[in-house]
Amino acid sequence: MPSPSELRYSKEHEWVRVEDGVGTIGITDYAQDQLGDIVYLDLPEEGAAIKQFEKLGEIESVKAVSDLFAPIGGEVAEINQEAVDSPELVNQEPYGRGWLLKMRLSDESAVEGLLSAQEYDELVAAERAEEAAGP
Amino acid sequence: MSHPYIPATEEDRRAMLEAIGVSSVDELFADIPAEHRNPTLDLPPPLSEPELLRELGAMAGRNRPAAQMPCFLGAGAYRHFIPSVVGQLVSRGEFLTAYTPYQAEVSQGTLQTVFEFQSLVCELTGMDVANAGMYDGASALAEACLMAASITGRERIGLLSTVHPRYVDVVRTYAGGRGLAVDLMEPDAVARLGDHACLAFQQPNFFGYLEDADVLSWAAHDSGALLIAAVDPVSLGLLRPPTDYGADIAVAEGQPLGVPLSYGGPYVGLFACRGEYLRQMPGRLVGRTQDAEGRSGYVMTLQTREQHIRRERSTSNICTSQQLVALAVTVCLCTLGKQGLRRVAELCYHKAHYAASEIARLPGYSLPLEGVFFKEFVVRCPLPTAEVNRGLLERGIIGGLDVSDRIENGMLLCVTEMSTREEIDALVQALGENL
Amino acid sequence: MNRTNQPGLRRRELGAALSFDLSRPGRVGCSLPPCDVPPSELPPPGCLRDELILPELSQLDVVRYFTRLSQLNFGVDTGFYPLGSCTMKYNPKLHEDVAGLPGFAGPHPLQPPETVQGALALMYELQGLLAEVTGLDEVSLTPAAGAQGELAGILMARAYQQARGDPRRRVLVPDSAHGTNPATAAMSGCQVVSVASDGQGNTDLTALAQALQEGDVAALMLTLPSTLGLFEPNIVRIAGMVHEAGALLYGDGANLNALLGQVKLGDLGFDVVHLNLHKTFSTPHGGGGPGCGPIAVRAHLAPFLPDPHVRHDEQSGRYVLARPERSIGRLGAFHGNFGVMVRAYAYLRSMGAEGLRQVSEQAVLNANYLLARLRDAYRLPYDRRCMHEVVFSGSRQKARGVRTLDVAKRLIDYGFHPPTIYFPLIVDEALMIEPTESESKETLDAFCEAMLAIAREAEEDPELVRSAPHEAPLRRLDEATAARRPVLRWRREEAGRA
Repeated sequence: MPSPSELRYSKEHEWVRVEDGVGTIGITDYAQDQLGDIVYLDLPEEGAAIKQFEKLGEIESVKAVSDLFAPIGGEVAEINQEAVDSPELVNQEPYGRGWLLKMRLSDESAVEGLLSAQEYDELVAAERAEEAAGP
Repeated sequence: MSHPYIPATEEDRRAMLEAIGVSSVDELFADIPAEHRNPTLDLPPPLSEPELLRELGAMAGRNRPAAQMPCFLGAGAYRHFIPSVVGQLVSRGEFLTAYTPYQAEVSQGTLQTVFEFQSLVCELTGMDVANAGMYDGASALAEACLMAASITGRERIGLLSTVHPRYVDVVRTYAGGRGLAVDLMEPDAVARLGDHACLAFQQPNFFGYLEDADVLSWAAHDSGALLIAAVDPVSLGLLRPPTDYGADIAVAEGQPLGVPLSYGGPYVGLFACRGEYLRQMPGRLVGRTQDAEGRSGYVMTLQTREQHIRRERSTSNICTSQQLVALAVTVCLCTLGKQGLRRVAELCYHKAHYAASEIARLPGYSLPLEGVFFKEFVVRCPLPTAEVNRGLLERGIIGGLDVSDRIENGMLLCVTEMSTREEIDALVQALGENL
Repeated sequence: MNRTNQPGLRRRELGAALSFDLSRPGRVGCSLPPCDVPPSELPPPGCLRDELILPELSQLDVVRYFTRLSQLNFGVDTGFYPLGSCTMKYNPKLHEDVAGLPGFAGPHPLQPPETVQGALALMYELQGLLAEVTGLDEVSLTPAAGAQGELAGILMARAYQQARGDPRRRVLVPDSAHGTNPATAAMSGCQVVSVASDGQGNTDLTALAQALQEGDVAALMLTLPSTLGLFEPNIVRIAGMVHEAGALLYGDGANLNALLGQVKLGDLGFDVVHLNLHKTFSTPHGGGGPGCGPIAVRAHLAPFLPDPHVRHDEQSGRYVLARPERSIGRLGAFHGNFGVMVRAYAYLRSMGAEGLRQVSEQAVLNANYLLARLRDAYRLPYDRRCMHEVVFSGSRQKARGVRTLDVAKRLIDYGFHPPTIYFPLIVDEALMIEPTESESKETLDAFCEAMLAIAREAEEDPELVRSAPHEAPLRRLDEATAARRPVLRWRREEAGRA
């Protein structure tokens, strides 16, 4: 299934939805599938300033830990407490109720440096092919 | 000829070589540089089972084990009662020869006993959560200090000078690895606490006496440091648990609970902390969950803290710990039970105080320290401690630890429920005759 | 379906009770003597605890409870347990008797040395035997496990370099390394640098040269054979490169079972090596320890060994514990897991040089036999001879929707303990199998039959494999909920809810 076209994507498998200077950030369906059952979210506090592509937290599944990187820079406005309390939402609705945080963007134009849905899907297809090849 | 531990016969080997497609086993080692293959291995010739028993029996016979003599030596390892069920249950092959319970469905024995262990350590210490065990009490204390540094982001470790000197040494080794500084301070000088990650103390302390834990707790928390208590688990049958005085992390040496002296190891470190610090805890954790049919079961959990997942960012590098020893502690506590542990603690207390008061009445002997003690105390001898101990040994008694480097002619004596009145009276008499 | 290997494993009763649940007020598990001294006044109430909650069980309750729990376990004693790099070989019962002798089980660690010369002699001789096996000069028995041995080794490397006025801060670790390696490096205050493996499963020499070139390298930590079960053909060259850069070559000896008597790590250029007595040297795994992780070092590193070391005075003939001149310090309150040392010593005295050679030969032969029999059904990521363990990839089965995890769980139904899964990380859907020399050909054949059957099931009935195990005491456990909402202890308020 193709990734939602209204979103923009980073190479680290995060997505961002920009509306009125606020970016909603989450991880992609491919990312949640790779991670497996997500059990814990380690997110920054409200008010924290994060630069684009800087590490902003960690996401844990039963058997793995993955760094989260900011697809776009700004100040943390809100954390999705619902997802923090029930991390399984990130697996179930990665683009919906499983969003992670909202940021007040410092530079909205930075979204141009991100991938479109089609570009992101091509990236994922290439990664899947590489994985299947070996070792 | 086949070896009892290697079942393959000539015929088996031939069949296997054929299946692999090589003519000799030698070919399987072809990657090893030829010039280094087949080195001389200068080892003693192999012994059969009866020969081994004879030889090692002789070696064992050259030791005079404290467990079989009147022994008043403590200082971190103790002669306590071990109920017979402990050894019997712990040596069952299903416990003994299992490995880390990675496949939960076939390891419920180990996993449930770890959950029991965690629960028992929480009940003893009052803490919210306990792990599956560390190598020993000393390394548990060291890892607790590292954990405090990680939580507070501070780089100095505060340690009371009355902590066991060997525990201090271990803390220094671990702290040095992480580039943390260790500050030893006197119990009455804790106002010196400044930018410290923790204040760690031993309760009862190295000399056997209780510190003023409430004062220490206040000093630690007032300066934003965590309070770490290294406790005697037997004493917790009688004395208030570390949560009572606000400890954030509690560690202990588990050997007193059902573990043989075994010339120093294997022992097990107990490690417990407040719930808010759960994710910074080192060591394994077992949690309860359900299987696909709704039945209760146990699994290793929160493994993302550990080395096999988080690697260089893990809370510790610990992998194999001391599981079988933790099992011994678990069985022992279940056997002693609520009444038994209390009883053991009381016996230790009364016997130690009897011994102390009898010794104090001997001319030339005194009790140089004041305060409440549990099962260990210090006496000042009229002669050099080493001399007194030699005299005791000649009478078949193992005396206390020589602490004359801290207290002049000082001897750290330990009396447990295993010391009979006869043994204590014999000790007192021997000390009296030493003059 | 072959179910011969699971005596006693049976479906678990609903609502498995804990000791706390079986407890009844007033029951006692053992008797204690009355107080034979006049009682003293107890400490002030402020020092005493109000309540102590511990189980109250009769002695038979205790025996039944733990006996039945043990029957839910799988051990080497009950069946084939081919965990990779764990060396689940037979744990000789003889060693249990020896370790239990009062002269070994009874001494206090601080007893005067003249009263424990037998114990000290054993430790001293064990130091020597392990030095001989590794081809290095001095051995310390104090580390309690492999990870603690690693910590000692890296701290020693740093101390040595510091003492020469050449402090180093980076540790190189192959991407196939066990997690303890980078974790240890971090605990030693070092930065961890990963070195890639090449297409044959060996260390990529170009990557290594690059990493060394960047300087400030304290050590390269190598497992030999690697966690892929493969021997580094370029090991001597690698040692040369490392030494030329002024770094030390650290050996993770977890896989020594492949090399006993075949080659000495010291001869290959290793400077520091840790051993796992609970793997190579037959001491029991105990469900997760105790182990013992001695380190062996070259003479120039000996002064930095952990405190204490067993020394022998030639003149008096006495053995003593001594602190090495420039020791990195203590790792524990005493001198290591003596009880484990006794067992390893007994093993070495039982096997002798020829016995150890037979061990490595058979271990390697057994693993290659598994490789030959399974290579058509499972993908072999590196098409070359393995040593004592073989790593397969479940990627072929993954294409059918059956993952390595599922294969592992299905093996349980066939009466085997699964091999190691998802390690090493560089192999997709890794399945790491170490049979050891203890297993008969019949066992290996039965295991192969099971693996081949599962491969067929993955093609013909994948759902059967995906929903395994069907025959274990429990079905698959919900690890996600266990991590999301951890329940880590019994609580009185929750009692009654199983």
